[in-house]
Amino acid sequence: MLVIEDEEPIRKFLRIALESNEFAVIEAADGQEGIRQAATAQPDAVLLDLGLPDIDGLEVIKRIREWSQMPLIVLSARGQENDKVGALELGADDYLTKPFGVRELLVRLKVSLRHQQQRHTGGEPAVFSSGPLEIDLARRIVKLRGEQVHLTPIEYKLLQILTRYAGKVVTHRQLLIEVWGPNNTGDTHYLRQYMGHLRHKLEIDPAKPVLLLTEPGVGYRFSEETTEDHTS
Amino acid sequence: MMTERPNPDALLEAIDRPEDLGRGRLKIFFGAAPGVGKTYAMLEAAARELKSGVDIVIGYLEPHQRPDTTALAQGLPAIPPKYFEHRGVQLSEFDLDAALARKPKLIIVDELAHTNAPGSANNKRWQDIEHLLAAGIDVYTTLNVQHLETINDVVAQATGVAVRETVPDAVFEGAWEVELIDLPPDELIARLKSGKVYIAEQAQRASESFFKKGNLIALRDLALRQTADRLDRQLDKYRRIQTDGGSLAVYEKLLVCVGPSPLSAKLVRAAGRMAASLRCRWLAVHIDIIGRAGVSSNVRERVLKNLRLAEQLGAETAILPATEMVSDLLKFASDHNISKIIVGKPQNPRWKELIFGSFVYTLTRRCREIDVYVISGDPEKGPARPTTARIAKTFDYLGYGGSVAIVAGCTAVNWLLRRHVDPLNLVMVYLIGVVMASSRFRRGPSILTALLSVLVFDFLFVVPYWTFAVSDTEYLFTFACMLLTGLVISSLTYRLRSQSEILRERGQRTARLFQFSRTLAECKTRLELITTAAATLAEAAGTRAGVILAADDGRLGLDSPASQFPLTPQLHAVASWALEHDQPAGSGTSVLSASTATFYPLVINSQKLGVAGFEASETSMLPDPERLALIEALIDVLKNTLDRLNLTEQAEKARLDAEAERVRNILLSTVSHDLRTPLAAIEGAGTTLLENGETLKPEARRALLNTVVEEVDYLNRLVGNLLDATRIDGGTVILKKEWQSAEEMVGSVVHRLKRLLSDRPVIINLADHLPLFRADAILFNQVLINLLENSAKFSQSGSPIEIGGRQTSEGIEITISDRGSGIAEEDLPYLFDKFFRGRQSTERQGAGLGLAVCKGIIELHGGSIRAENRNSGGAKFIIIMPFESPPAAEAEPIAG
Repeated sequence: MLVIEDEEPIRKFLRIALESNEFAVIEAADGQEGIRQAATAQPDAVLLDLGLPDIDGLEVIKRIREWSQMPLIVLSARGQENDKVGALELGADDYLTKPFGVRELLVRLKVSLRHQQQRHTGGEPAVFSSGPLEIDLARRIVKLRGEQVHLTPIEYKLLQILTRYAGKVVTHRQLLIEVWGPNNTGDTHYLRQYMGHLRHKLEIDPAKPVLLLTEPGVGYRFSEETTEDHTS
Repeated sequence: MMTERPNPDALLEAIDRPEDLGRGRLKIFFGAAPGVGKTYAMLEAAARELKSGVDIVIGYLEPHQRPDTTALAQGLPAIPPKYFEHRGVQLSEFDLDAALARKPKLIIVDELAHTNAPGSANNKRWQDIEHLLAAGIDVYTTLNVQHLETINDVVAQATGVAVRETVPDAVFEGAWEVELIDLPPDELIARLKSGKVYIAEQAQRASESFFKKGNLIALRDLALRQTADRLDRQLDKYRRIQTDGGSLAVYEKLLVCVGPSPLSAKLVRAAGRMAASLRCRWLAVHIDIIGRAGVSSNVRERVLKNLRLAEQLGAETAILPATEMVSDLLKFASDHNISKIIVGKPQNPRWKELIFGSFVYTLTRRCREIDVYVISGDPEKGPARPTTARIAKTFDYLGYGGSVAIVAGCTAVNWLLRRHVDPLNLVMVYLIGVVMASSRFRRGPSILTALLSVLVFDFLFVVPYWTFAVSDTEYLFTFACMLLTGLVISSLTYRLRSQSEILRERGQRTARLFQFSRTLAECKTRLELITTAAATLAEAAGTRAGVILAADDGRLGLDSPASQFPLTPQLHAVASWALEHDQPAGSGTSVLSASTATFYPLVINSQKLGVAGFEASETSMLPDPERLALIEALIDVLKNTLDRLNLTEQAEKARLDAEAERVRNILLSTVSHDLRTPLAAIEGAGTTLLENGETLKPEARRALLNTVVEEVDYLNRLVGNLLDATRIDGGTVILKKEWQSAEEMVGSVVHRLKRLLSDRPVIINLADHLPLFRADAILFNQVLINLLENSAKFSQSGSPIEIGGRQTSEGIEITISDRGSGIAEEDLPYLFDKFFRGRQSTERQGAGLGLAVCKGIIELHGGSIRAENRNSGGAKFIIIMPFESPPAAEAEPIAG
């Protein structure tokens, strides 16, 4: 695990938290050092602070992504929503807003690692299942608590993308491009409406969603936490 | 306007002239006539100075000098003259700008009395030289005696040659040094004959008569006398300072009465000489009889010209509106401590004086301790007084016609009454007519009415009828009484009326000024104010006007949005001069009079506010005094308004500063308190765990750790709100508006505040198909978070929080309600103020920023937020977001 972060106390906290969860930790205090460590030590995942003293955190993502798809989680301060979206679009896997708790960190990390593994084992499973939801990807059938739910093609497409990245945040832009094509990236209006429809069909209380969560200003996330909440 | 007599200190100052520190010194090489060798002497002196290392330069020498003069000049550095093209003739002029840029220690500029070519910045060379002196440059110049303003007419009288180019005596008087270059007349004539004096061809013929021996003797006498007088005055001044101010106990002050006639100019010059020899201040006053039959602008202009002459000779001038010449003049004189009054010898025929009384006689009889000097006029010399022209121009047909009609009316009435009423009583009817006439018409028609009445009465109603003959001599007495009564009545009525006219005029002027100041007060912006002012001034002056404001550093801006005429760089320079010296400048004034506009400074308490400018037009070169007075009064009002505006702005700024200071203080105290409390808790928990970690029970340890997490959470929110508040206040927030769904927003916030709201039900009741609205996701989320936290804080654990959403006529309404104790009525108006904390005390109040931030954010979106108490108990916050119709979503079939 590579931690690129200039603030010493945060590095310390991350090292303790991660090591006690059986991750090995290497540290870098600035961007250049971080890129070098990422190349030489080949970590399983990177935790990257966006506000680095030497080079822009976004630049670090770009440089790492030139040669590696390793999971990369961005740590950012509040009020840097644009940077977050930028980081995600440059290929970061997920983000955490400071201050954050250990549990949140571990959840994000595990999801990213799992997705990385999936990429390696290759392909998506034929059937997606999370909590009460079950999707037969081959036959395009969605079942909620065993009952089939009728979705429009756009709703289905949205759900499919969100579940493909289950647990990870998907930006508005990414959704718009994948569903409506690259020319419609400005119309978040449609997105909101279809997400609304989808919630009405899948959530028990659409105003208190548990599956389709909103990340304000960034995008949506298909939550797996319902299941994890029960287990933890 | 008037100054009291100077004290010794002032006189000391006058000698030392500390106000002239940094001012250049003027040396005049003074002579009786051309050819005495002034220029040569000047160049010699300059050459000496050059040898002793003074930075000296020739500014201008008249061309065609004698060879030895030219040779002398060649040894000195010179500034090349400026060349002008005027009506096909090439003229060379002194280049003032170049001289100012060169800034030598000493400059030579020949011919002080020279008039500059049209189009130059200054009319006269002596004005150029004033500029040089003001810039701290010493000047050598030459002057012939006949060019001195006050003796101009004496010279004309003595030599028969009128000199038009004159120099104010003040320049001569104010010179640092005057060196007389003297040459006996015979020698001068000899030099002239041997061709040693160059005289331009066009002047050749004039000079033949000028260079007569008699003339030269007279001029030499004048030159010597002027120089001696100047020396005498200096010596006297010095002596007076040496002794003490006591010898000045009787301080003289002269007053000269000025009229339109050219004789008045002579009077003014005489008064100037007298004042100079008495070394006293003097006033030139024109008595303006109010209500006198329309004075032609021609006359007015000539009066102003005479007054201007007096000003140039160093007098203070005034126009005195009067109803009665003598008493008003004497009142003015005593108000201003006048010791001597100078008047012209009356030109009126003797009979007129007998009938209407003599001004001079009345004045001398009533003047008490004031001396009256009567100076003779010289009627043949001046051009004929254009009185006939004036009367013809203003002949009052209406008045005279009216008076004839009135007499005819009275006669008709008397004709009817003649059999029933005694003729003597018929006179009464005519007297009524006289009163009527004099109450409506001017003096002339009133007198006519009285005369006509007597004649008609005699003709028709006195035996023998139909003749002017009178059989009963007693009637002669009646006629006399009738005429006298008529005249007295007409005179009294007339005076009464003219007084009421004055009052009316004054009232109108006051009303106009009042109206102006009210209009100005109504102006919202400074630009509007000066534009309005410019319009009013333009109307009053009858020409295009402009108001130009100065910046904070007292300099005029280059753009003039409130000027009706373009402010060229030249005019800008004139305006700047006016402002800089707090003195009117430009056309019609003595400074920079060649420019095409006049500028009045707007200076109050030595604060330079700006200038008011008037474009010079053909007709308004010399505005009449009433108009001028009105303009000046308007400018005063403008000045005061601007000053008041400045003061108000300063007060407002001070208030805002104080307010900012207050907020800063609250911020500091809040931040220090609200940040320290959680920090103390965290430190306490941390140190306890550190010291006693092993011995603590697991529950206790967990409780301490919980404290740390909760306090950190609180701090995080506090810092977030502080940052938001700062960003909103600083105006640095850039809204990233996107279409938002209320359901989604509420959902994400409730999800995020899961832990905080875990102890109570959250009832969400959003209307179906609630339209989307446009908002910045992050900021709007913050609003909902703050409101939910607020509701949670002010209501009991376990009590529900309700979130509602619906579309109303105002927009999208989102409400957050609790079942707490509600908001105290007196707190409601201040609820959304920064750092306001409700009076209800709970364990933790927060910095009082959360709701202020909500209000800030919602208002940035063009929405509104308010709070109220619910009838059933608890508080309710209502957000209304503006509704925009979103693009419709396309219908889509349901997938199988």
